[in-house]
Amino acid sequence: MNLILVSVLSLGGIGAVSAIILYFISQKFQVEEDSRIEEVEAALPGANCGGCGFPGCRAFAAACVKADSLENLACPVGGMPTMEKVANILGKTAMPVEPLIAVVRCGGSCEHRERTNRYDGVKSCAIVHNLYGGETDCSWGCLGYGDCENSCTFDAIHINPITLLPEVDEEKCTACGACVKACPKNIIQLRKKGHKSRRIYVNCVNQDKGAVNKKVCDVACIGCSKCFNVCAYDAISIHNNLAYIDDKKCTLCRKCVEVCPTNSILELNFPPRKPKVEETSNVVLNG
Amino acid sequence: MKTFKMGGIHPEECKFSAGKKTEVISLPKQVVIPLRHYSGKPSIPEVAKGDMVKVGQLIGRADGFVSANVHSSVSGKVVKIDNALDAFGYKNPAVFIDVIGDDWLETIDLTPKVKRTCDLESSEIIKKIAESGIVGLGGATFPTHVKLSVPAGKKAEVLIINGAECEPYLTCDHQLMLEKGEEIIIGITILMKAIQVKRALVGIEANKPDAILNIEKWAKTVEGVEVIPLKVKYPQGSEKQLIQALTGREVPSGGLPIDVGAIVQNVATTFAVYEAVQKNKPLIERVITVTGKSVPEPGNYWVRVGTPLSHVVEKTGGIPEDTGKIVAGGPMMGRALPNLEISVAKGTAAVLFIPSSESGRGKVQNCIRCAKCVFHCPMGLEPYLLMNRSEKNLLDELEQNRVMDCIECGSCSYVCPSNRPLVDYIRYGKLKVGELIRSRKVQQL
Amino acid sequence: MNKLVVSPSPHVHSGNSIQKEMKSVLIALIPAYLVALYYFGVGALIVSVTSVLSCVLFEYLIQNFILKGEKTITDCSAIVTGLLLAFNLPSNLPIWIVIIGALVAIGVGKMSFGGLGNNPFNPALVGRVFLLISFPVQMTSWPRPIPFNPAYMDAETSATALTALKEHLENIPSALDMFIGNMGGSMGEVSTLALLLGFAYLLYRRTISWHIPITILSTVFVMTGIFYLVDPQTYASPLVHLMTGGLMLGAIFMATDFVTSPMTKRGMFVYGIGIGVITVVIRLFGSYPEGVSFAILIMNAFTPLINTYIKPKRFGEVRKK
Ligand code: SF4
Ligand code: SF4
Repeated sequence: MNLILVSVLSLGGIGAVSAIILYFISQKFQVEEDSRIEEVEAALPGANCGGCGFPGCRAFAAACVKADSLENLACPVGGMPTMEKVANILGKTAMPVEPLIAVVRCGGSCEHRERTNRYDGVKSCAIVHNLYGGETDCSWGCLGYGDCENSCTFDAIHINPITLLPEVDEEKCTACGACVKACPKNIIQLRKKGHKSRRIYVNCVNQDKGAVNKKVCDVACIGCSKCFNVCAYDAISIHNNLAYIDDKKCTLCRKCVEVCPTNSILELNFPPRKPKVEETSNVVLNG
Repeated sequence: MKTFKMGGIHPEECKFSAGKKTEVISLPKQVVIPLRHYSGKPSIPEVAKGDMVKVGQLIGRADGFVSANVHSSVSGKVVKIDNALDAFGYKNPAVFIDVIGDDWLETIDLTPKVKRTCDLESSEIIKKIAESGIVGLGGATFPTHVKLSVPAGKKAEVLIINGAECEPYLTCDHQLMLEKGEEIIIGITILMKAIQVKRALVGIEANKPDAILNIEKWAKTVEGVEVIPLKVKYPQGSEKQLIQALTGREVPSGGLPIDVGAIVQNVATTFAVYEAVQKNKPLIERVITVTGKSVPEPGNYWVRVGTPLSHVVEKTGGIPEDTGKIVAGGPMMGRALPNLEISVAKGTAAVLFIPSSESGRGKVQNCIRCAKCVFHCPMGLEPYLLMNRSEKNLLDELEQNRVMDCIECGSCSYVCPSNRPLVDYIRYGKLKVGELIRSRKVQQL
Repeated sequence: MNKLVVSPSPHVHSGNSIQKEMKSVLIALIPAYLVALYYFGVGALIVSVTSVLSCVLFEYLIQNFILKGEKTITDCSAIVTGLLLAFNLPSNLPIWIVIIGALVAIGVGKMSFGGLGNNPFNPALVGRVFLLISFPVQMTSWPRPIPFNPAYMDAETSATALTALKEHLENIPSALDMFIGNMGGSMGEVSTLALLLGFAYLLYRRTISWHIPITILSTVFVMTGIFYLVDPQTYASPLVHLMTGGLMLGAIFMATDFVTSPMTKRGMFVYGIGIGVITVVIRLFGSYPEGVSFAILIMNAFTPLINTYIKPKRFGEVRKK
């Protein structure tokens, strides 16, 4: 009996003392934190993908609370609805953001771009890029080992086993930009999602001379300027033998697609054309 | 016998072409001379399309500190200046020259007579070396004049000459030491004068007794040069390991050889220095080894810089039947080539044919933590850990574990029973940590 | 011509493989196995064959039907585990106990952590210690060594030298008997000579380095030596300690298991000293006569810690004065 009493009392005593110490410590070291951070964080998707440019949702929430206006602060994953919620909580106004999507700018599938040597080593684009130009003779294009796929937290980009090129799942892609950073060749870019998801872009990043890259890939941009000449909106520029379509200026008129001699300009999610234009060899990546 | 203290491996030597007299390879129809020789910036072209050039004429001027002059190795007409694939696996600017005759600049002394005396001052020698476009011929191709310029506050005490040639298969330095012993020794005295030291140590691995004898014979004719036979062990030719083997000094982590008062030069570089200073001949040709298990006649050849490898291969017996991989350089640190359209650069020491049965890599298995990689790493690193952290992109931890000390010698991958691609990942980790360190420096400014 | 292969350097490999490493361990175990067969006869054969077969079978089954991962059964590591387990068992152990031991060794000790390379504890020792705790009687009645003994479970039993020491019995085997293995004990641990032969082979093949075994043995030697010098009446001579029980087997084959031992020379010293000290403490003061298995398992648990904090000597380490 006595034994039980002693143990209960001593244990209880230790417990009480510890509780008191803990209480004071927590008082002393308590961090004053804006309770709104908690609230904002709850409104965010919680993916911690870093797409907003902050290391995780909480940091972004803190930044939103601290900032005077929500300019330049946007959560690509939640998009407008989320930002409006955040704006409501903080009594600020959300800036409209254009929805973006990741776009893979290489059309060098196995069929179009012959593999001239065989790589045998770690299947990682970063490592291959560090070593040499890749299995094909095009040292600019996609290597196909899927660093983008591994970097995506939303399961939205996958290497197609037949073409060995990555394909973006439009439903799942949140434009967080992880794949853009992961790709050592800088092939992936975030572009305007576009009206009804329609997009036009140059599906190539090869800056070699036309005569050179024509040999290594059927669908390379050869920098011939045809699209540049046909564009009425000044949306196309040509640098280093490579055309680039500015998604801010492009009106999706589709003229350039027709004139490209190598079919390296891609149009996505457009209704089929009138039959007079032949459209057979253009691989449409709908993913 | 002396050697470095830690780690190291002893791969099968396979020096098939040892003792094969150097032969001169005929000129190709066209040469493609890279303006960039592995490290540093490409030089600025000094010629234009349509120009006629002579052998030895300057065609590319060094751009910036870590860059070297480039000279024409043939006489003929410049066809174009364009990007060409180099052994680095990427396209870099190069000068394409159609060969016409073999017309040398008059200033170059082509007589076979050995010129022993040199009355130039230290700074004049270094200037001469810089003008002649000499780079380290051991592999890293760092511009020699940069290495010879001792930074303020440091003092060189000893010149170290690398005749180790620790890579399997390679024999080009070996052969050079046999045939050009006298010139190499004169080159050494010139270098000693350039960096103002009284002592030079030549390290030669013991598997080349004839070279040791020959260099020793000539070393007796001058003062301060000592030949030291070394135990055969890879990577003895690595600067830091060689310095330790010869002098017992350890270059501190992150430091340079000059921090322990040493400057290292390769024997082939030394020969090039002799030719540049005494004969006024810029670096336009070198000895390369063509070898491999399936090559019927392995040998050593004098080749002009810029000669396409396909030409070299054609003149030396063609590609053996079952070739699976072609490597520029030795098997431990050389680079596998995607094709033979690449031309010989200043640092190309060999063309190595690996039969298809040996060209693939073994199946990668779990790390069984056998610690073989740790025991064989000459830098005292833990490759298994570095690989793991590189894979996971844990850069801070990589840095703490001294990933930047790795010399990429490949000993760890070589010994791993699980065929783990250790160096591949470590190289990647080094790249990332290097970026991190640089960005940190930028932030501090 | 085929497409050229491109891969990062190095382009040559030593040709070493897990299988080769395991095979050299197996070869190194042969002398001790022959001694076991000689002294323990049929029993040793039955126990070892059962143990090896069941280890291989369990690994195969688990890899095929439970883990569904890569099949690595051909790397021979299960055979090594099986044989080492058998070496740690008395040769008169009933078959069903051996099978349970194999199941625990492979199932719990190895595969539950994800297979070779991921297990924190030496699988064979996990099996052995499990059996020792569950079946203490069967596990500690060792048969008397009789050349080519045809008896299996009904073999005459005897105490081991260590038990004898513990209980201050007089009938300790002669030094020569201990050296060649003419004494009671687990089937693989009796012959110091055979185990040393195996050690020499492993060193020659560079499968293991000398650091761990030598550190363990010298620690035990020094510690027991001190006790012996202080009080030769109570404590046995250090040589007896070295040659009896599972110390040789443990130091050479169990403690040096790749997966569960430290990665650096310095770490290996710490690990070896730890095992030596714990072994001596258990032997001299614990309630078990033998402590090598426990010591190794305990130090296995410290291995990750050792690996984190004890780094190899780096080249060009800046010495702080
Ligand atoms: S490659 Fe690096 S980590 Fe590997 S053994 Fe050489 S120095 Fe060590
Ligand atoms: S050599 Fe290979 S298996 Fe052994 S520890 Fe290193 S990485 Fe692991």
